[in-house]
Amino acid sequence: MAARIHGGAGAGAATALSTFNPKKLVAPSRTNLPAARSSKRCIVAGGGSDASKSLSVRHSQKLIASAAVATKAETSATTGTGHELLLFEALQEGLEEEMDRDPHVCVMGEDVGHYGGSYKVTKGLADKFGDLRVLDTPICENAFTGMGIGAAMTGLRPVIEGMNMGFLLLAFNQISNNCGMLHYTSGGQFTIPVVIRGPGGVGRQLGAEHSQRLESYFQSIPGIQMVACSTPYNAKGLMKAAIRSENPVILFEHVLLYNLKEKIPDEEYICNLEEAEMVRPGEHITILTYSRMRYHVMQAAKTLVNKGYDPEVIDIRSLKPFDLYTIGNSVKKTHRVLIVEECMRTGGIGASLTAAINENFHDYLDAPVMCLSSQDVPTPYAGTLEEWTVVQPAQIVTAVEQLCQ
Amino acid sequence: MATAFSATLPLHGSSQENRLLLPPTRLPPPSSFLGSTRSLPIRRLNHAHAARRSPVVAVQEIVKEKKPTNSLLITKEEGLVLYEDMILGRSFEDMCAQMYYRGKMFGFVHLYNGQEAVSTGFIKLLTKSDSVVSTYRDHVHALSKGVSARAVMSELFGKVTGCCRGQGGSMHMFSKEHNMLGGFAFIGEGIPVATGAAFTSKYKREVLKQDCDDVTVAFFGDGTCNNGQFYECLNMAALYKLPIIFVVENNLWAIGMSHLRSTSDPEIWKKGPAFGMPGVHVDGMDVLKVREVAKEAVSRARRGEGPTLVECETYRFRGHSLADPDELRDAAEKAKYAARDPITALKKYLIENKLANEGELKTIEKKIDDLVEEAVEFADASPQPGRSQLLENVFADPKGFGIGPDGRYRCEDPKFTEGTAQV
Repeated sequence: MAARIHGGAGAGAATALSTFNPKKLVAPSRTNLPAARSSKRCIVAGGGSDASKSLSVRHSQKLIASAAVATKAETSATTGTGHELLLFEALQEGLEEEMDRDPHVCVMGEDVGHYGGSYKVTKGLADKFGDLRVLDTPICENAFTGMGIGAAMTGLRPVIEGMNMGFLLLAFNQISNNCGMLHYTSGGQFTIPVVIRGPGGVGRQLGAEHSQRLESYFQSIPGIQMVACSTPYNAKGLMKAAIRSENPVILFEHVLLYNLKEKIPDEEYICNLEEAEMVRPGEHITILTYSRMRYHVMQAAKTLVNKGYDPEVIDIRSLKPFDLYTIGNSVKKTHRVLIVEECMRTGGIGASLTAAINENFHDYLDAPVMCLSSQDVPTPYAGTLEEWTVVQPAQIVTAVEQLCQ
Repeated sequence: MATAFSATLPLHGSSQENRLLLPPTRLPPPSSFLGSTRSLPIRRLNHAHAARRSPVVAVQEIVKEKKPTNSLLITKEEGLVLYEDMILGRSFEDMCAQMYYRGKMFGFVHLYNGQEAVSTGFIKLLTKSDSVVSTYRDHVHALSKGVSARAVMSELFGKVTGCCRGQGGSMHMFSKEHNMLGGFAFIGEGIPVATGAAFTSKYKREVLKQDCDDVTVAFFGDGTCNNGQFYECLNMAALYKLPIIFVVENNLWAIGMSHLRSTSDPEIWKKGPAFGMPGVHVDGMDVLKVREVAKEAVSRARRGEGPTLVECETYRFRGHSLADPDELRDAAEKAKYAARDPITALKKYLIENKLANEGELKTIEKKIDDLVEEAVEFADASPQPGRSQLLENVFADPKGFGIGPDGRYRCEDPKFTEGTAQV
């Protein structure tokens, strides 16, 4: 039972810990993990090197037969075959595979058809599947989101694209009242298997309105799931899982991540919607992040490793609900948590995550949970100002150093 | 009661034959170009244009075509079905008022008294697989569509036997079996959902190559016609030629806001042609007139010719909801519409045209009284939802509640089915 640490993460207090961890008092040696443990290598949640997960019947696996492929450590990507592509192509591949598999899957959104999508995620699909299956809608987010919901209630599986997630503010009525609630208010009679997806987050000087983080606004809506993709591998896997899910899922992509390149397996795979992804196992501190901030964290991790720290980096991926198992196991191991997110300070995903960790794992913490978020500022246009609103790797390094004192 | 087909209803010629009796015609092949077929300058759309140019007057004042008395609009059978449906609507709503004041139901309850002609006129023409979307004033739409009085009353009482297990309430009447797609609390919210249901119908036909000519009827009020969602959906429905009928139940009042005080151009039917669909105005207190218009609009949709906007001039005899003191409406206006009670009018028509006698109609009224009484008894006797129901139905796939600290999905926690699990 860990004692509480008040104030800063004082090293002196560590001696009072009954869960005495000698490693903490010894300067950690350079890890054996290659420094080039690239941020782009994804270890799929549920498998990989974390031994504690593979033992004992993981009840969740009984329910997720379809995730079986994803949990194998050896995939064609790791054995050398597999194919390389960009993140937006991975999304497209996932979408196309699902549309081939099930004729009820359709796409609707602005410029998804003839234009191929403003970020090319639906490129070529209208030619292949036709104008009705890849529907170019007029500019009426509330109505076409609602139309997607009505279509889902009556048997289709629409993938609704918000050209920018910020535009979905106009669809808030439909997303909150209908998407989230209709399954419940109809007493379970109607399912709403929609996927609502689009790019969000802070880009390169896109201005305040095109730089929003809608995940913080949507997170309270009951009845929806939210996931954020960050690599080509999990982008494709999450897209497929979201389409197959009977629940409404909001898939958050990031404007700056569409051109990430990675080799992904040739064989079919799906990522589990509710699981987090272990990016880099470590011992000293748990860093929880998602989407673009994952890359800032991994960049900071390089610096930290050089300074002798061993951070454990987890891409939470599932923004609602949180994978408290993966997160909890990590907290129990490292006893220190840093959350790095792109949401605003107030009411963001980090705020909820901080609350969840404090509630569930308080006894395992040696230091208060620290959360690095964007400033509560409308994203400025000027490049310098924009940079200062978002968490940068240097801040992450400082925060880790502070927490690990 | 006049049963003549008003002159401002030029949808497709003047033939009064019941198109629904004809075998379904082969649907036109899907256009490869999804979009407006209008080129600029706007080419004349016959009917819409005629409607636009005719002077604007209330329906009763238009010279009615005299119909030959041997050509009735309905058969005896149809007449009795319509009568029974309207009596069911009226009795049920009256019973709701009683039950509300006795403390059996709570919250917002919006009654449909006076508007029965619209619900009956449209919904009795639909098949089971056609969809209906409504607003919070949805009890009678649900009943007309086929949801049992028991299920609706139990839902109002908040019992497990309600059509939505007690989870929806007065403003959320849903039935998958009868394709009643709700019941929405915010106005305008259901119109996109209806548009989606119509989209599915078109998709089934053109993409899945199924034999589907299901139509969707969306009911909403005059207040909704100032809402963006209405216009956005008129645009999409016309653009994609969706099999949908937009039915405006214009009862002149949005709670205490008079339609004339809130709407720059109060003639809602005129807004249809602006989007490329016919706009029709009909006397919503006359079930036979509504039915005639509905027949044309529904068969138009089934033929794949696209949407229609129908404005029904109607009136609600009670306040906006049971909590509304209804002080703003003029007594004279209420009296005027009370004299046009759709049920009294149909009764008169049936008797005058010898389609039914008093006795048969009384039998129907008694039957409905018993039905509604029985529905109340059933609802009273039904159990309230237990705690175990709390967490069900939030997600279709309860894995959506996520993975708990112990590694198991929250929904696998035995307390989940008890409704007490931490989620």
